[in-house]
Amino acid sequence: MKEEELVGTRDAYGKALLELGRDNKQVVVLDSDVSESTRTKWFAKEFPDRFFNMGIAEANMMGVASGLATCGKIPFASSFCEFGTSRCYEQIKLSICWARQNVKIVVSHAGITVGEDGASHQAIDDIALMRGLPNMTVLVPCDAIETKKAVFAAATTDGPFYIRLARAKFPLILKDDYQFKIGKGVVLREGKEATIIACGLMVKQALLAHDTLSREGISVMVINMSTVKPIDKDIIIKAAKETGAIVTAEEHTIIGGLGSAVAEVLVESNPVPMKRIGILDRFGISGSPDELLKRFKLTGEDIHNAVLEVIKRK
Amino acid sequence: MEIYELEEKAKEVRRWIIKMLAEAGSGHPGGSLSCVDLITCLYFKVMRHDPKNPKWQDRDRFILSKGHGAPALYACLALTGYFEVERLMTLRKLDSILQGHPDMSFTPGVEMSTGSLGQGLSVATGMAISGKLDKKDYRVYVVLGDGEIQEGQIWEAGMAASHYRLDNLTAFMDYNRFQIDGLIENVIGIEPVVDKWKSFGWEVLEIDGHRIREILDAIDTAKRVKGRPTMIIAHTVKGKGVSFMEGENRFHGVAPTKEERDRALQELT
Repeated sequence: MKEEELVGTRDAYGKALLELGRDNKQVVVLDSDVSESTRTKWFAKEFPDRFFNMGIAEANMMGVASGLATCGKIPFASSFCEFGTSRCYEQIKLSICWARQNVKIVVSHAGITVGEDGASHQAIDDIALMRGLPNMTVLVPCDAIETKKAVFAAATTDGPFYIRLARAKFPLILKDDYQFKIGKGVVLREGKEATIIACGLMVKQALLAHDTLSREGISVMVINMSTVKPIDKDIIIKAAKETGAIVTAEEHTIIGGLGSAVAEVLVESNPVPMKRIGILDRFGISGSPDELLKRFKLTGEDIHNAVLEVIKRK
Repeated sequence: MEIYELEEKAKEVRRWIIKMLAEAGSGHPGGSLSCVDLITCLYFKVMRHDPKNPKWQDRDRFILSKGHGAPALYACLALTGYFEVERLMTLRKLDSILQGHPDMSFTPGVEMSTGSLGQGLSVATGMAISGKLDKKDYRVYVVLGDGEIQEGQIWEAGMAASHYRLDNLTAFMDYNRFQIDGLIENVIGIEPVVDKWKSFGWEVLEIDGHRIREILDAIDTAKRVKGRPTMIIAHTVKGKGVSFMEGENRFHGVAPTKEERDRALQELT
């Protein structure tokens, strides 16, 4: 079997920033002392005048980004997911979202696949937080190819953006000619008996579940929902009508994230049996990313079992 | 504008604050009246700005980080021509362009939405960095509350502004000595506040925040400082200009009654 190519979404971000920086002098980058890890250091090296390390002070970084945006800059503010969201939530909420400033928050090290560092560094509630903010767009790309396109889309679309990236490298799922559109889910596999809606690294797990299920003679649709807000209502309702059962999958608490967003659409339009795969209202722990995905029941096998369960409930 | 004219203008702003707040029935008279002279000097004398072109790229910027002083800012914006003066009487009412705390989406001339304390100095830092980056000569002014500097974010911003050598940034601390729960020194003391800002790498000036000449001189001095931002500690009186409000913390967040309004307006003629 051919070895899969693994590429970091944060690496794709670092490269995308370089391209953006060359194209547009208004692009500036801020980081909070983790520029090596978020890959913003690459931008800093090529454009030292347009890079601002704000130190371990994320709240201030978000305010400074807002101030830069008022002057026509396109600021990308980066940190680890945990520190670039809940740590500075009110600054994002008021100085950026309420003030409607054109700030792009791009975080790496989301979810439990941060791994060995443990719970203090594993953001599990960030999608819920960012999704609750008026004016905010929330993107969770599934691989490096989508990451690049998402970063470009954010740079060229006015308004606050949140892009969630990971520490772990992801297998490439999409092709270079993939058309990314903000607010549009994409059907990766057609199917008839149930639909799996996933985001981020769980898209790969959803595809694994799909393959196992097809070997068992069960036909499931797989949707990559990389825009969690604004959520693509049409594709959710269509999938519910066509397949009659939905499973969501995210590396995030099941409270307030993708699963909740999908459930909100379904209960108000076309309720069908549904199950959310995600972190079950608990904090993370130390371990290797693969061990943690198994322990927290975030594998293709867990999605597979959830699909069987929702089909039974139809 | 001469000093006596600025003094008259400040009095006019105070009259508007009293009228607006009495009409609104809620709001913050004490902290609005204490920062009037600072903001009046900025809008009527110091700042390069064009009310007919609020987004002019080369304008000086002002942020009222202590957003609850909004009536003082709104009165200055109206009286310099950003919007009709009659609008001031719609303060805090449904669909008004004058929200309870400054909202840049609604009010022409408001440079940043504020109200939750601690955030304005960071935004001002971003504006000042942008000015340096674009080699523009505009200046950025920000008014902080004294209680506001209890917020940790203020000190994060203080460190960053000094690190990036933002000599185009001037902050005022409206030192009226009170916060909602009482005297600052009884809640969480901020002294020695001059030493604190100095140790953060700022130029620090101390003035009487109600004497126009001292305010203008301090701003001039700040313009000449190179390589670091300036903090002007402005000693003020909460409720300044209205005898029964001065130093009376009851008027932190309670609007004057109709009777109190009339008494106040008589004093301010």
